[in-house]
Amino acid sequence: MKIKSLEELQKIKEKALKEISGRETKKRGRIVVGMGTCGISAGAKDTLRALADELEKQSIDDIAVIQSGCMGLCEVEPTVEVQIGSEEPAIYGHVNEEQARRIVREHVMKGKILSDILVKRGKV
Amino acid sequence: MAVENTILICAGGACISAGEESVKSVLEEELKKYALDSVVRVVETGCMGACNLGPIMVIYPEGVFYQKLKPQDAKEIVQEHLLKGRTVQRLLYKGPTGEIKPKAKEELPFFKRQVKVATRNLGVIDPVNIEEYIANDGYFALDKVLHKTPEEVIEEVKKSGLRGRGGAGFPTGLKWEFTRKSKSDEKYVICNADEGDPGAFMDRSVLEGDPHSVLEGMEIAGYAIGAHHGYIYVRAEYPLAIERLGIAISQAHEYGFLGDRIFGTDFSFDVELRIGAGAFVCGEETALIQSVEGKRGQPVQKPPFPAQKGVWSKPTVINNVETLANIPVIINKGAEWFASMGTEKSKGTKVFALAGKINNAGLVEVPMGTTLRELIFDIGGGIPNGKNFKAVQTGGPSGGCIPAKYLDTPVDYDSLMELGTIMGSGGMVVMDEDTCMVDVARFFLQFTADESCGKCTPCREGTRKMLEILDRIVEGNGEMEDIDRLETLAKTIKDTALCGLGQTAPNPVLSTLRYFRDEYEAHIKDKRCPAKSCKSLIAYTIDPNKCVGCTACARACPVNAINGEVKKVHEIDQDTCIKCGSCYEVCRFDAVEKVDAIDLVTN
Repeated sequence: MKIKSLEELQKIKEKALKEISGRETKKRGRIVVGMGTCGISAGAKDTLRALADELEKQSIDDIAVIQSGCMGLCEVEPTVEVQIGSEEPAIYGHVNEEQARRIVREHVMKGKILSDILVKRGKV
Repeated sequence: MAVENTILICAGGACISAGEESVKSVLEEELKKYALDSVVRVVETGCMGACNLGPIMVIYPEGVFYQKLKPQDAKEIVQEHLLKGRTVQRLLYKGPTGEIKPKAKEELPFFKRQVKVATRNLGVIDPVNIEEYIANDGYFALDKVLHKTPEEVIEEVKKSGLRGRGGAGFPTGLKWEFTRKSKSDEKYVICNADEGDPGAFMDRSVLEGDPHSVLEGMEIAGYAIGAHHGYIYVRAEYPLAIERLGIAISQAHEYGFLGDRIFGTDFSFDVELRIGAGAFVCGEETALIQSVEGKRGQPVQKPPFPAQKGVWSKPTVINNVETLANIPVIINKGAEWFASMGTEKSKGTKVFALAGKINNAGLVEVPMGTTLRELIFDIGGGIPNGKNFKAVQTGGPSGGCIPAKYLDTPVDYDSLMELGTIMGSGGMVVMDEDTCMVDVARFFLQFTADESCGKCTPCREGTRKMLEILDRIVEGNGEMEDIDRLETLAKTIKDTALCGLGQTAPNPVLSTLRYFRDEYEAHIKDKRCPAKSCKSLIAYTIDPNKCVGCTACARACPVNAINGEVKKVHEIDQDTCIKCGSCYEVCRFDAVEKVDAIDLVTN
């Protein structure tokens, strides 16, 4: 496509900036998915995909989704740790796709802790 | 699916030769294996500048900097860093005192002290993706100039104080103005990418890492002077630069940045690549024009200057790669911003290629006026192995050597000229105490004598004669009159050679004669090489008090010149010895010594 105006150029710039924004370190918070052998066999890959997908759907780009190893809570895998800003991290257990989407909609967007799947607050 | 990690791999020439490609292929294989290929984005960038640390990988969002990677390291990075979130400690940068710097790109003085203008996108964007260039304000400057008159554009470049980065430092805006004022039905823009100084690789890195900025700079130049056609003259030894330029040109066509009616205006511009065969003289503008026209690359008389009569006898502007890469930034950020950096007569920043005896060999961009000491010691990390600094050579074969007492000189066009050297294109070769200055002069003269095109006598014959004299001196056969002969020849060649190559060829000799005359005299009068480097004047001996008889030297000697039994003192047979230095390298007891050959004879 030929670019004929500054507006069109600006549009491409914004689109491309969004694509490369993953390199920026300025994030509001992070979601860590346990991706040890235990986590993966319990379905952590689906959880990870659901988290990333839901964040994108809700146009949230200031939350980093990070994968980590087993945090030692193998019996409640897949585990997901959510930390927003400087607040204490929350660790959720048995997070399937549906719960993952709930985490994004409730915890990340509204700041509500999901006590029904909460395993622990604070650092592991 | 959203991308969560971005991995930037440096794909500059140095990292590629250090094995970047196999690191990348293992990385991609591993990512696929763990189904991470959809959430981890791998981007090959241009040269990040820290060439001695290559291959380099930076993982975002954390910004962790991994260095000196081998293919199997990529496996570990995927399994540890990406999968488990643990940084791989052993692959992080370690400073000279052993401290670990996980985010070297933000923390190291090598990166922190730099101000990147021409190299702004190197190591940051994917050079084969035009949209990443656009994301960093690419082609916005082109749009901006198309809403101005050509005269306003020239005025802006003049106000910025930008001077040609290829060596001579002619004001770019003035060059454009002259070409604009030449009346003609057709004009041309040429990008001089025939970088040929030994040890210099600034232009190659810019072309490989950010080809669009050069294209955009050429188009702006074209609009300013009234040209519709541009040539990039790039040497065949730069295959990667040629490949990425080709990709960039076709992408720019696709987006309508090149071709007819750019941005819907009446301005049309196209760019063509011309591949040079790598003759040093073709970096000289008149020889370059001959070569672009398909003729033998030989300089012609100036005037007429290319601004009046250039390629195809039409007015032509010739700018160096780095000069052109500065243009879009000057337009976007304004002439005042650019002129706020640098010294009174040299504005902006300059890219330098640090090479030779220096810890952080690589590419750096700093404001004009940065001192040599800051460049070599703070950014460059100083001299390896605790040796002493002796001199720095700037400007390649057309430049000269600067001794230690001028280390605090702010680097700009004029200060270097005063010291008897030139800024040149930005190559800096650092020399330590083991470097013989006569031999350095001989090396550069050998280069220009080989590269002389042969058209004019002073250069063809004169450099050859000077070389013969230098050969004589380093072999210990010189006489004191040789120094006068060198000076006479040098002056004559400077005054009478046809082009820049010949006129500057004697500079390495003149500058070493100016600062290191005692070394020339030591070679001639005493038959000694103070740096113990000239083979004909030194000999290797073994200190009987230090030799333990380990036989390492005898095994390393390629001509079996070392005799001795195990656990007994060894001895070198001077008649057989070829002075290759292998024994000196392998001895772990410092028993092998370099001495002046003349001392052995008198003993």
